[in-house]
Amino acid sequence: MSVFIDKNTTVIVQGITGRDGSFHTRQMIEYGTRVVAGVTPGKGGQKFDDAVPIFNTVAEAAKATGANTSVIYVPPMYAADAIMEAADAGVTLIVAITEGVPVLDMTRVYPFVKERGARLLGPNCPGLISPDKSKVGIIPGRICTAGPVGVVSRSGTLTYEIVYQLTRAGIGQTTCVGIGGDPINGTNFIDCLTAFEEDPDTKAVALMGEIGGTDEQNAAQFVKEHMTKPVVGFIAGQTAPPGRRMGHAGAIISGSAGTAAEKIQAFEDAGMGVARRPMDFVELIKARL
Amino acid sequence: MNIHEYQAKEILRGFGVPIPPGDVATTPAEAEQIARRIGRTVVVKAQVHAGGRGKAGGVKLAKTPEEARDVASKILGMQIKGLTVQKVLVTDAAEIAAEAYVGIILDRASKKPVFMVSPAGGIDIEEVAAKTPEKIMRLPIDTRYGLMPFQAMELGFFLYPEAAKARAAAKIMKQLYDAFMANGASLAEINPLVVTPNGEVIALDAKMSIDDNELDRLPKIAALRDESAEEPSEVQARNANLTFIKLDGNVGCVVNGAGLAMATMDLVKYYGGEPANFLDIGGSSNPEKVVNALKIITADPSVKAILFNIFGGITRTDDVANGIVTATKQNPLKVPIVIRLTGTNEEIAVKILTENGFSAMTDMDDAVQRAVQLATGGKAA
Repeated sequence: MSVFIDKNTTVIVQGITGRDGSFHTRQMIEYGTRVVAGVTPGKGGQKFDDAVPIFNTVAEAAKATGANTSVIYVPPMYAADAIMEAADAGVTLIVAITEGVPVLDMTRVYPFVKERGARLLGPNCPGLISPDKSKVGIIPGRICTAGPVGVVSRSGTLTYEIVYQLTRAGIGQTTCVGIGGDPINGTNFIDCLTAFEEDPDTKAVALMGEIGGTDEQNAAQFVKEHMTKPVVGFIAGQTAPPGRRMGHAGAIISGSAGTAAEKIQAFEDAGMGVARRPMDFVELIKARL
Repeated sequence: MNIHEYQAKEILRGFGVPIPPGDVATTPAEAEQIARRIGRTVVVKAQVHAGGRGKAGGVKLAKTPEEARDVASKILGMQIKGLTVQKVLVTDAAEIAAEAYVGIILDRASKKPVFMVSPAGGIDIEEVAAKTPEKIMRLPIDTRYGLMPFQAMELGFFLYPEAAKARAAAKIMKQLYDAFMANGASLAEINPLVVTPNGEVIALDAKMSIDDNELDRLPKIAALRDESAEEPSEVQARNANLTFIKLDGNVGCVVNGAGLAMATMDLVKYYGGEPANFLDIGGSSNPEKVVNALKIITADPSVKAILFNIFGGITRTDDVANGIVTATKQNPLKVPIVIRLTGTNEEIAVKILTENGFSAMTDMDDAVQRAVQLATGGKAA
């Protein structure tokens, strides 16, 4: 089993003819993802790489193909509309890769998507991958391998680093989920922990957090109260100076709330394993499987 | 992006918020002229992106235009938290009968802008929150409906029991909310909101931060950026589309991705070193970006070793390798460099590097230890 996506996931790509959209569509298809439609307004009726039908709207694409998932590569100023379009078309999983979406846009998008019963992952996230089954987004397929560990992270390349180290040590993954680093995102750690707890194939969870906000503390509380499976956590940004933005809008620490020390303490209080360095995941996870 | 108090006040004034007259000056003579125009006691306030200006001596009263000139000459050029004061705001020193706090912040937990208001204004709101939380009212706003009149009145009455003042405050709440939304703010604050002895409700200080993601669609707001108030290397990096933050250490770091960049800095510290910077070259890096990144890092005299940590996903490691070769041909390095790269096109990258006399490592932990050793005086191998 896996969480959120599997072999039956059928995907619409919004922005399929763009630079990033076309590159990653090919990567997804190569990995085995069932990409059934693309959307680019004005290019309806054409085909992407002579294979994937393109539609003008998500509603048309969803109706014609019955796709249950949409992945979004449109520019930041159009991303909010694209997410709402997907939710309105009845897609149940929306993965927004786009970086730089204005946060105020997300204050309208989040309740809109929620009311339509869809799950949003992102924005500003690398997407997710269930090794050997499907990948939606941009996580490189070759660094993953199937196995018993659920991975959830707020960052992109740091996730790749840790997943790659797990894979090299022979520790595979059920699903790797990048929830994104923006202040307002669709899916949080607790949503993912809930899914991993319910997934019979997931035996342990690796969680990578960052400074800023209280999502990691909430996740730790959830682990303490509801998780039977072991969770190992890491916090990036222990050396970050207070109040400075470090690339992700999420990675801000102001005052006491959201510091690395506070989050690591919350992990320890919840009885979680704490990786001090990225490479510590391998031993800590191994010991818990 | 932070904007100055005088810029925030200008925006709020445009939305109708009552603000005492004032203007910005860059010389003592200008400050004197503004004070003369106002014709009453003025307050001269340093315009820097730092809190605690009053405590640092950057806010002073002046009873006469001459005094305003003297005070301005002392504040201009002053250092506040490492920032040089280049501008002062000269504004009417309103008399104060009562002070309140009004703020809107984008809240991650409720996923909404949240109003925070308190009748205990004029001081640090975090202190109020810690000591007397009952004196703060929090109200999340659904941006699909906006601030509704009844909500504005609830906020107004929380500050002032008298209907006239509550109504005046409610009107200001609405104006502040409209300014917040129209300008893509992540924070907008009036502290203090004051009642004058004759019962007027006015804003004495204002602060706004803008979500950087909004700047592309708000060119007028983007133009408010004051580059003279920022670290020059950070300005240079932003213009080259790099995310860079200068720090105090000596290991210069070039990484792709914010999370990995922070984890790399943490690991430098873990092995006893100090990172000289945070630098994220972003996703689809081209050689040009690497050249710019190296330019910025090598310009910092405190950098004793350079560490590249690249995990190629979208980023092609051969692009990074080409960038390193091009940059070092243009400006030969004076400090040792440690290059760790793995992922997309790794074999090509390693070939490019070795042909040009560099060696490449594949393990992050090894690379960080090596860079720390070189920076802290360990001899080169």
